[in-house]
Amino acid sequence: MKKIYVNEEICIGCNLCEVFCRLAHAQSDDLIKELKSKTAPVARVSIEVRKPVSFSVRCQHCEEAPCVSACLTGALKKDETTGAITHNEEKCIGCWTCMMVCPIGAIKQDKLRRKAVKCDLCEGRDIPLCVANCPNEALIFAEESDDIKQNIDDNSICYDPA
Amino acid sequence: MIEYEGTMTKNVLKYLIVGNSAGGIGAVEGIRTIDKQGTIGIISDEPYQTYSRPLISHYLAEPCPIEKLWYRPADFYKKNGITTFLGKKVKKIDCRHHSVLLNTGEKILWGKLLLATGGSPIIPKIKGVPQQGVFTFTTLDDAIAIDQYLNKLPQDNISAVVVGGGLIGVSVTEALAKRGVCVSIVEMRERILNTILDEHASAIAAKALQQAGVDIITGSTVNEVKNVRDNTLSAVLGSNREILCNLVVLAIGVIPRVELATDAGIKVNRGIVVNKNMVSSSPDIYACGDTSEAYDFIYDECRLTPIWPNAYIGGKVAGLNMAGSSAEYPGGTALNSLPYFGLDITSAGIINPGNSSFEIIENLSNNNYRKIILKDGLIKGMIFTGIVDRSGIIYHLMKDRVNTESFKKELIADDFGMASLPEEVWRSRLKIQAPETNTNKCTASAGEIR
Ligand SMILES: Cc1cc2nc3c(=O)[nH]c(=O)nc-3n(C[C@H](O)[C@H](O)[C@H](O)COP(=O)(O)OP(=O)(O)OC[C@H]3O[C@@H](n4cnc5c(N)ncnc54)[C@H](O)[C@@H]3O)c2cc1C
Repeated sequence: MKKIYVNEEICIGCNLCEVFCRLAHAQSDDLIKELKSKTAPVARVSIEVRKPVSFSVRCQHCEEAPCVSACLTGALKKDETTGAITHNEEKCIGCWTCMMVCPIGAIKQDKLRRKAVKCDLCEGRDIPLCVANCPNEALIFAEESDDIKQNIDDNSICYDPA
Repeated sequence: MIEYEGTMTKNVLKYLIVGNSAGGIGAVEGIRTIDKQGTIGIISDEPYQTYSRPLISHYLAEPCPIEKLWYRPADFYKKNGITTFLGKKVKKIDCRHHSVLLNTGEKILWGKLLLATGGSPIIPKIKGVPQQGVFTFTTLDDAIAIDQYLNKLPQDNISAVVVGGGLIGVSVTEALAKRGVCVSIVEMRERILNTILDEHASAIAAKALQQAGVDIITGSTVNEVKNVRDNTLSAVLGSNREILCNLVVLAIGVIPRVELATDAGIKVNRGIVVNKNMVSSSPDIYACGDTSEAYDFIYDECRLTPIWPNAYIGGKVAGLNMAGSSAEYPGGTALNSLPYFGLDITSAGIINPGNSSFEIIENLSNNNYRKIILKDGLIKGMIFTGIVDRSGIIYHLMKDRVNTESFKKELIADDFGMASLPEEVWRSRLKIQAPETNTNKCTASAGEIR
């Protein structure tokens, strides 16, 4: 499946990925209006900065996703065909158990609606908005190559029972 | 030798699971990743398809169609080819003949058996218990029974006494409070939630409950429940104080349901003893979840860790092994998230260290309390309140036994995040390669990009 990767060497922490993530999950496509509104959607990506390092973090759609195992209600699932980790917000009760087991802190609290929210790869769009709008092209939307897979296996952090 | 494949009778099954909850479902999903065909049976004395137990408080707060509680879609059993025996109870296990006997008289033969029998509520020896108006709170039927009882009462001025100020007590309290019931919690120890929170976080929780109108009585217990008149009870406290109420909910804890295992001669400590493959002392019998003592990576020993995620993961590992794989339980620990009364509190591991060999660092500077309990640089426990979305980063440092000595101050900083970790840690977690190992400068994508 295609995932979003970050090239942290050229990420300058401009926060535009957060801005566009909020827009991607807003009711309308009026950027200013949405960002100023009291019910502005929560960004599902966060910029992590410790100068000079900066990079953006979002759901990695783990092979063996700890959040799926931990979800109390069955709201978080692995899509059998795409492999993406999907979240049924209707089933979510905002217990935040998923946040306790996500190794990278990629799941966010929408306190207003009391729902956990996370990157859905901008389902329905060809390219996720954060990737499309990254001014430095620090975000890459790409098929998981064997090299990446290898790297993931080497650093396996996700719970892998096998 | 019993032939499990291709048998037409539903009473000969390759895999048999007792318990249709987190552990049992984890096992099905584990088995089916390896064995798509082998016959599976699930038995539960609860009549429902698998539901999310923690949601019973949501049901009680706001009764809804029970389908909303389903943990898996309605077609789960059909899709996975599972024979169900719901509303039936296993009376006896015969290890030697690989069979179980149900209360209906049915006998089922199995190849591999999983005990995911969970726990049952502890019912204290109190005068006047059981009686009408006294409930426990661990099953959907409990929630339905309380709902029906409440519906029969005159709708104003209903009051309840909840015995036990742990997680289950607080969850039923929230549900009742949401229905306008006036609740008193009676907790034996000095503070509510004392096993999963420290004093400070407990106080935050107590304040939230009190603001919602809950009366908290600590250092006390209920010695007797008297029937005063129809639907009116009196809970007599140790101090001889009496609280008039319409219902009493006993929520002092759950104990592992180990009777079947004990009777069958399987090794039981506080729970069913299992190894890292979730196998009990009887080679073809597995156990997981609240009924088992599985590996706790904080204590480095097997313990009861009765929480939903551990039951599911233990079940999945058991299932993989039952189907012939050699999976190991990665270890779990007590991990709690308190979503009640608008609170956002997460905690894990050792919260109240008993001795001074632990180092405690905390940040009380704003509304978001953060506390980390360390031993020799290793994280042994954590509490976060308010903003809890980074708890998992800490939890995994704890689980992976990362020595945090050089960056421990960062762990409680207001802006703690992935970038607070040493470079090699965030790189490996985010699967970002170090620049020098890269040939094509594209750190993360290593390979062709479209
Ligand atoms: C009100 C409440 C709130 C909770 N909230 C949380 C929470 O927020 N987070 C969290 O992580 N955990 C929570 N828990 C704990 C969580 O529900 C348990 O850890 C989890 O359900 C354990 O799953 P299990 O599969 O081991 O057993 P259980 O869920 O207890 O299921 C065992 C099943 O086996 C059946 N069974 C047992 N013996 C037999 C027999 N002899 N014959 C037939 N059937 C049998 C039982 O009836 C039951 O249906 C909560 C629990 C309660 C009660």
